[in-house]
Amino acid sequence: MNDIKVHVKDLDLHYGVNPALKKVNIMIPEKMVTAFIGPSGCGKSTFLRTLNRMNDLIENVKIDGEVRIDDIDIYGKEIDVVNLRKKVGMIFQKSNPFAKSIYENIAFGPKINGITHKDTLDEIVEKSLRQAAIWDEVKGRLYNSALSLSGGQQQRICIARTLAVNPEIILMDEPASALDPISTAKIEELIHELKQDYTIIIVTHNMQQAARTSDYTAFFYLGELVEFNKTETIFSNPSKRQTEDYISGRFG
Amino acid sequence: MLKTSNIFQLQGRKGILNRSTIDILVEGLTILAVVVIIFIIVSILGIMISGGWSRLSLKFLSEYPKDGMTKGGIFPAIIGTALMTIIMAFAAVPFGVITAIYLAEYASERSIIAKTIRFAVKTLAVVPSIIFGLFGLGFFIGFVGKNMDVILNGGELKWGQPSLIWASLTMALLTLPVVIVSVEEAIRTIPRDMREASLALGATKWQTIRKVVLPGSVSGILTGTILAVSRGAGEVAPILFTGAVYFMSDLPHALNDQFMSLGYHIYIMSTQSANVDETLPIQFATTLVLLLLTFSLNAIAVVIRYRIRKRAN
Ligand SMILES: Nc1ncnc2c1ncn2[C@@H]1O[C@H](COP(=O)(O)OP(=O)(O)OP(=O)(O)O)[C@@H](O)[C@H]1O
Ligand SMILES: [Mg+2]
Repeated sequence: MNDIKVHVKDLDLHYGVNPALKKVNIMIPEKMVTAFIGPSGCGKSTFLRTLNRMNDLIENVKIDGEVRIDDIDIYGKEIDVVNLRKKVGMIFQKSNPFAKSIYENIAFGPKINGITHKDTLDEIVEKSLRQAAIWDEVKGRLYNSALSLSGGQQQRICIARTLAVNPEIILMDEPASALDPISTAKIEELIHELKQDYTIIIVTHNMQQAARTSDYTAFFYLGELVEFNKTETIFSNPSKRQTEDYISGRFG
Repeated sequence: MLKTSNIFQLQGRKGILNRSTIDILVEGLTILAVVVIIFIIVSILGIMISGGWSRLSLKFLSEYPKDGMTKGGIFPAIIGTALMTIIMAFAAVPFGVITAIYLAEYASERSIIAKTIRFAVKTLAVVPSIIFGLFGLGFFIGFVGKNMDVILNGGELKWGQPSLIWASLTMALLTLPVVIVSVEEAIRTIPRDMREASLALGATKWQTIRKVVLPGSVSGILTGTILAVSRGAGEVAPILFTGAVYFMSDLPHALNDQFMSLGYHIYIMSTQSANVDETLPIQFATTLVLLLLTFSLNAIAVVIRYRIRKRAN
């Protein structure tokens, strides 16, 4: 097994008084794909968002426990959330490119990091678009609005935009759930490519997708992490009854 | 037992008026109201145009008033109104945008400060405009200007008197709510996804506001500015005591000069003129200029606002 990239210890999260995560413990390996599965409302997105502290934006969220990335507690006092989010990128369920040109979308992250040199920016934009396997489709129209692209292309633009910041971890919250099968296949292929260099955590409702793309799978239920193991093991030989019921579609 | 639907049917029959009679009545009243309003607008425009159109010419727009304002044009009043609204916009827009950013982005709904600001904005919006005039006189001229004179000029009168700057600032206070409301509305139409996208890329909150929220709110800022300008251009009461004069032989050259304004010009000619009959066409023509100005500004604002709303959906 690879090194541990993310180590979560006894994580509790409350929205107001409602618990959304209960004593979650997990060790997520580096440069692998880890899938989070579980029924709607079980806390997958909530958990994902604790890893780049996006929950900080919501009022009344209370978090206890520890989230260590590279053995540093990201909820520690001296942590700069802005730097954390550069290191831990995020792809959302609904693709959300800015109402700017394709080029400006990709250059957004580098620019806020102070890169102004035109050639450097050009290089980063091309490299990121290539990495996200969308360069050939958009190279002729980099200065058109990103909103003029199809949903699947927009999502890959968002992935390229995240890659341009050079993160180490990429969180994906149902990145393909709004896409057609061909776009979905492209995203999955992309995930496979990206795991050479990045630690990827993906939330999905699609069991086949989890089985196809991930090395490890975590099953959540009612805010608890029920089972976490190698994906093969989870799908062929789960140790918990709830996991088995869920993956076989016998859930209720 | 009767089912509820039956009860309603029975009541409907018992009532003196059944549904369709009420519908027809309401519809009739609505149409009547619309007709009355359109009639009033058309009459106003008709009177203005018939009374003033013949007087309107390039010369009228580019000349100074002559012969005790019974002849000549309204050039200095146009320039004065323009200068006053421009200075007003430079004061009201940045201040309004900053307040709107605070309200929309930083303040929590329950914060006391935000509640106070909202209350103040709502109150400002309903204060009669003459009160702004009195406030401007008391605060800007009587307090700020007087003290500036004491500190900067050893008591010599320079700022402590009605002038362009104080009139503009007074008007800025009056139009501030319009700016704040338009800009805040526009900021709130920027979807949450966009902010999250930016923050997730490691942008700070301020970078997100500057690079994502404000560029997306440009049209709202524009609408607010136009609405403020069109409101400010037409108001008279706030500048009555704070800087407008009925005649100047020259244009204002400095911020502490007084100025002529279209609205005030109309007011003076219709109330103070020695020969009202002779100035009547000038009054109509001046009013027409002012109306066309504010109408077209408002029309532009409506179009922009419509486009923002469309985007929001
Ligand atoms: N902003 C919020 N405020 C209050 N409660 C929230 C908020 N976001 C989520 N919750 C609650 O927390 C629980 C977990 O929600 P979460 O979105 O993490 O579930 P999920 O597993 O991602 O579901 P889905 O598969 O439908 O996306 C739910 O009960 C939800 O109602
Ligand atoms: Mg979710």
